[in-house]
Amino acid sequence: MSDDLHELYQSIILDHNKRPRHYGALTEATHQAEGYNPLCGDKITVFLRIVNDRIEAIQFEAACCAICKSSASMMTEALFGQSVVEGESIRSGLSRILNSNTDSSPGLETAGELASLAGVRKFPARIKCATLPWHTYQAALRGEAKTVSE
Amino acid sequence: MTTSAIFDYTRVRADFPILSTEIRGKPLTYLDNGATSQKPAAVIEAIDRYYRAENSNIHRGVHYLSEKATDAYESARAKVAHFIGVADADEVIFVRGATEGINLVAHGFIETQLSEGDEILITHMEHHANIVPWQLAAEKTGAVLKVVPVNEAGELDVNAFSELLSERTKLVALVHVSNALGSINPAKALVAEAHKHDIPVLLDGCQSVPHMPVDVADLGCDFFVFSGHKVFGPTGIGVLWGKRQWLDQFPPYQSGGDMIERVDFDGTTFKGIPGKFEAGTPHIEGVIGLAAAIDYVNQLDRQGALAHEHALLVDATEKLSAIDGLRIIGTAQQKASILSFVMNEIHPHDIGTFLDADGVAVRAGHHCTQPLLKRFGVPATARASFAFYNNFEDVDRLVTAVTKMQRFFG
Ligand SMILES: Cc1ncc(COP(=O)(O)O)c(C=O)c1O
Repeated sequence: MSDDLHELYQSIILDHNKRPRHYGALTEATHQAEGYNPLCGDKITVFLRIVNDRIEAIQFEAACCAICKSSASMMTEALFGQSVVEGESIRSGLSRILNSNTDSSPGLETAGELASLAGVRKFPARIKCATLPWHTYQAALRGEAKTVSE
Repeated sequence: MTTSAIFDYTRVRADFPILSTEIRGKPLTYLDNGATSQKPAAVIEAIDRYYRAENSNIHRGVHYLSEKATDAYESARAKVAHFIGVADADEVIFVRGATEGINLVAHGFIETQLSEGDEILITHMEHHANIVPWQLAAEKTGAVLKVVPVNEAGELDVNAFSELLSERTKLVALVHVSNALGSINPAKALVAEAHKHDIPVLLDGCQSVPHMPVDVADLGCDFFVFSGHKVFGPTGIGVLWGKRQWLDQFPPYQSGGDMIERVDFDGTTFKGIPGKFEAGTPHIEGVIGLAAAIDYVNQLDRQGALAHEHALLVDATEKLSAIDGLRIIGTAQQKASILSFVMNEIHPHDIGTFLDADGVAVRAGHHCTQPLLKRFGVPATARASFAFYNNFEDVDRLVTAVTKMQRFFG
């Protein structure tokens, strides 16, 4: 199997795909949104409970590929308990990584588990799979019920 | 395998330059023919020759090249007519593709005939191209879209088809061969059924024309559309065929040069068919490429090609079915060489990326048939679609790649 493919589907991604964290609907959500990728039909719902600008709970449900699901699962772990402001810095940090080219990777060292998503950069057709959960999170914050990957 | 011994697929492979290229260091295993087919050298060379030695506009010059181009263009029309069993070549309209052909019938004609409460009958297995134009026409006019259901195997419910025809039905729009499932619909019988009530039928032949000989006179339909790029020709060119009795009633769809008889500021008189529908300079290169593709297909042993494709389908179906946790979507009795499948725990999108790493090109997604996939409870499938130039090694590479992937995800 090619190295690129190994990097894309490394064990941490497969693990999140098999055992997604914070999975399932959240009762008493204060925010929620549904994200959709019209290209492949991937669908995800992100639920948030935000109290005093802190993400007290974050859950998701999805019918999507391994990249999308593991990205969503890691997202819930990264954002759980954070303030909304910290959450935004985590999100934009990942966004910088995914949009960078493969030789320079700003913030890769400090990104923790999320760094494992960087393998997607070698597969341009799959970048939207990794970003859909995060777009959906943003839409939920903004109070939009639905978002579509652009 | 006697059939494939007769049809020499090793020889035809050599006609398609792209089939000898490598993808990521692996031989190309092209199993996405449903999306678009590869092009034989004859087509590529015809387009090259046109631009190098024959390029000119048509229907307007008196000079040598213009006459030659006009001849080539009009003889392509006759070729298409002959290819699909049409006696009157003027009934063949060149369009950009099946999508434009359907839109022309929907918005250029049927829509002008619809009143509130009228019905358009489509089926649950239509491509979005044969759903959305009718939906828009219905929204504009207050007409209603009726949908023929599909059974678990992916076959049309023909009894429901008959029951859904009513005196309000103004058109039946039906896919000949399903691009997502491969099901071959009993088009001839369904057309006859609709005609009992004098209802015209449009057949979407995108996936039938590449696989099997098609004779619209025998099918009896009123309209037929297909796309050049799926039948080994170039993109951007397709065909709408319609019976003269209908096409004559269509108002002009687009207007401009080439489709007029006389223009005056007091008014304009239009050409008859086909000119009426071909405003502006057409896709001459596309038409010439399509004609070359038809010539290519015509010199094939088509029954042999069909038998070979069927043998590939049977082989792939057997081998994939044997894989644990793999489910084939679409198991109709009558099937073209299109094979959709899903796997437990592995999303089609991941399947697509994995197979691609092994040089195996399949389509992963909803195949522009979202209502159909919803019917089967899946958001997407992986789809392998075979052409006559595929071989049994292609099947084995597909099966090996799928097995390897399953072990990985294990
Ligand atoms: C059954 C069917 N109908 C319509 C279309 C639309 O064809 P085109 O995009 O070439 O207009 C396709 C192509 O995917 C198809 O498979």
